[in-house]
Amino acid sequence: MKREQLIVSALDHGTVIDHIPCERLFEVINLLHLDQMSSKITIGYNLKSHKMGTKSIIKIADKFFTDEELNQLSVVAPNVSLSIIRDYEVVEKKQVCLPDELTGIVKCNNPKCITNNEPMRTLFHLVDREKGIITCHYCNHEQQIKEVTLS
Amino acid sequence: MNRSLVTIADHSREKIEYLIRMAQEFERKPNRLLLQGRVVATLFFEPSTRTRLSFETAANRLGARVIGFADPKVTSGTKGETLKDTIMMVSNYADIIVMRHYLEGAARYASEIAPVPIINAGDGANQHPSQTMLDLYTIYQTQGTLENLNIFMVGDLKYGRTVHSLLMAMRHFNPTFHFIAPDELKMPEVYKTYCHQHNIRFVEHQDFDADVIAGADILYMTRVQRERFTDLMEYERVKDRYLLKLPMLSKARDNMRILHPLPRVNEIEYAIDDDPHAYYFQQARNGLFARQALICDALGITLEDIRNDKTIL
Repeated sequence: MKREQLIVSALDHGTVIDHIPCERLFEVINLLHLDQMSSKITIGYNLKSHKMGTKSIIKIADKFFTDEELNQLSVVAPNVSLSIIRDYEVVEKKQVCLPDELTGIVKCNNPKCITNNEPMRTLFHLVDREKGIITCHYCNHEQQIKEVTLS
Repeated sequence: MNRSLVTIADHSREKIEYLIRMAQEFERKPNRLLLQGRVVATLFFEPSTRTRLSFETAANRLGARVIGFADPKVTSGTKGETLKDTIMMVSNYADIIVMRHYLEGAARYASEIAPVPIINAGDGANQHPSQTMLDLYTIYQTQGTLENLNIFMVGDLKYGRTVHSLLMAMRHFNPTFHFIAPDELKMPEVYKTYCHQHNIRFVEHQDFDADVIAGADILYMTRVQRERFTDLMEYERVKDRYLLKLPMLSKARDNMRILHPLPRVNEIEYAIDDDPHAYYFQQARNGLFARQALICDALGITLEDIRNDKTIL
């Protein structure tokens, strides 16, 4: 093994989230509420990547996310790859997919929207998957998915 | 089933025509006791005297009782109460809530949490469906149809939510729109895209004169507000170009009618009020019948019920 490689103990059970853009790592951590978990988590930041230049990776022991949880990731990091590990084997690989509805993830960029002035969950509808356009269920304002801030 | 009215943009052609038929019944006989024993709440978190009086008159002429507030300063909202709490509280008292709010999406949210139907009487710059309904009713009343009309929209086409809602509601009826506005207040791209997607023809005009107006069935005027301009020089330059003066009607079609959501400032010369093309005051009167129809529909009262109504005064 070359010395510059990262040495991390192999995961026996759990989920690996790879190819996270470095600037999105902390958003991914927040989105999946990793700070509230008690299981072992290994986070690699600013790692070299052939595909991306630099990337981040998260390994979470003994945790399997629902598709709904994982699809929320698509808002901040649409191109991550996911591996489900059981008994040291990759049993499944997944891509995240932008859902048709985003509940409680994205903040509306319209300051006069009710969702920014009332304790309530936001809701957005995906109106153009190709162009990545979502609209607020309440005030109808459009946003580009790549420009959103999280709620 | 949630019978709330938040926007008219989602209404089908059949639903719009159905509500027009309902409004016709109320125009014929506006005074009834159809809503006797019911309580209508009008919650105006933002003052709007004209809209409130119209809704309250609609409720009163159908025999309902009205509760509510006209001035947000007297509500608990100023004490920090959430919209949800206010709506839940009033839902205990009233059979239906008519609400006006300064925040966009407020009516949608209220309709999701309230156990009684909500009628949106305007939510910020977003929607104002009862205005759209009375506009549609007035167009139908003056033209005998909503089909194949040339509708000219003049003035503030950027911020004017009435023109946006009307444009969307007309999509079922093969209209041709003509947009006449200063550069700073042009029809936004999103609505032009909407026109393209729904095969709605539109033309943009620079000039506003007798020759342009000659092609109109409906001339929908709006107010050009000084505060909308970032460049006051520009405002001074264009403000008089979008005023409607009597000689500009010299080539107008006989069926052409001038509409305006009101209040008017100076964009329609007062001399026009007596011209047979002027129709904005009758349009405002139609607000009563349109709102009677919307309140009844939200309460589950059908056109059939209204036609068989034995409570006519």
